[in-house]
Amino acid sequence: MTGYLGSYATLGLLLVASVLIFVGAFTANRLLSPADPAEPAGKRATYESGVDPVGGDWAQMQIRYYVYAYLYVLFAVEAVFLFPWAVIFDRPGFGATTVVEMAIFVAVLALGILYAWRKKILDWT
Amino acid sequence: MTGADVLLLALGAVAVGAGVLVVTTDQLVRAGLYLVVCLGAVAGLYLVLTAELVAWVQVLIYVGAVVVLLLFAVMLTRAPIGRSPDLNRPGLPAALIGGGAGLGLAALFADAFRWSAVDLPAPGTAESLGTELFRSWVLPFEVLSVLLLAALVGAIIVSRPDIGSRP
Repeated sequence: MTGYLGSYATLGLLLVASVLIFVGAFTANRLLSPADPAEPAGKRATYESGVDPVGGDWAQMQIRYYVYAYLYVLFAVEAVFLFPWAVIFDRPGFGATTVVEMAIFVAVLALGILYAWRKKILDWT
Repeated sequence: MTGADVLLLALGAVAVGAGVLVVTTDQLVRAGLYLVVCLGAVAGLYLVLTAELVAWVQVLIYVGAVVVLLLFAVMLTRAPIGRSPDLNRPGLPAALIGGGAGLGLAALFADAFRWSAVDLPAPGTAESLGTELFRSWVLPFEVLSVLLLAALVGAIIVSRPDIGSRP
């Protein structure tokens, strides 16, 4: 296995091995576990730090969490652009211009976090 | 059939199958999780086509961030969440439009390239992508930051009605 796809063969092997281990572990569990398990009261209840659980498992979320998820998406996109930039910015032909270009990009996005901060989105009241 | 062909066919089948499940399942949360499978298979397609960086970006952004955002949005809407047959719409027009667009594009591609073989380009590593991006595509890159900023401000105003309204 050589070439481009060959270099990913190790990763593929790792994936196949991990799936096999997963299937093997659960098959062994099924074969070895007692066929008539005990059903004491509360066995299938949700574990909630030892206290009897209150309410259902799906709670409606507050919309304020959404902004945090969105901020995460935004800065994940920014971080993705930092990877190709970090590889090439010290190569000949790039240099200071490229650094300034990335600085502008980050600065415009920083305006967003500044806006969120000034509008007290980041405060948890 | 080379190994790459087999991988492309298998990943494409997984992507299409998961995509069909996304639109046919009654359970919104499961639709989001099928979307993970679909986007992961598309990332695998990118990987086979030697676009390494794009493939891992697909995993990081789409599987990691966008699906989380979608699930957040689903969890905002109603609780408890389960089957929601009331959200079903007539599927025939959508199937016609989607199938027609897919078949039309496939016919266009088949007509444009026939059976000509194309060598895979050099792997799309972070280095080659960065060179392209910062040599030829700087302006779109900077405009993208403004787009992201606008979307962030929009998300903040939508999620906090008290900010947008004026007295």
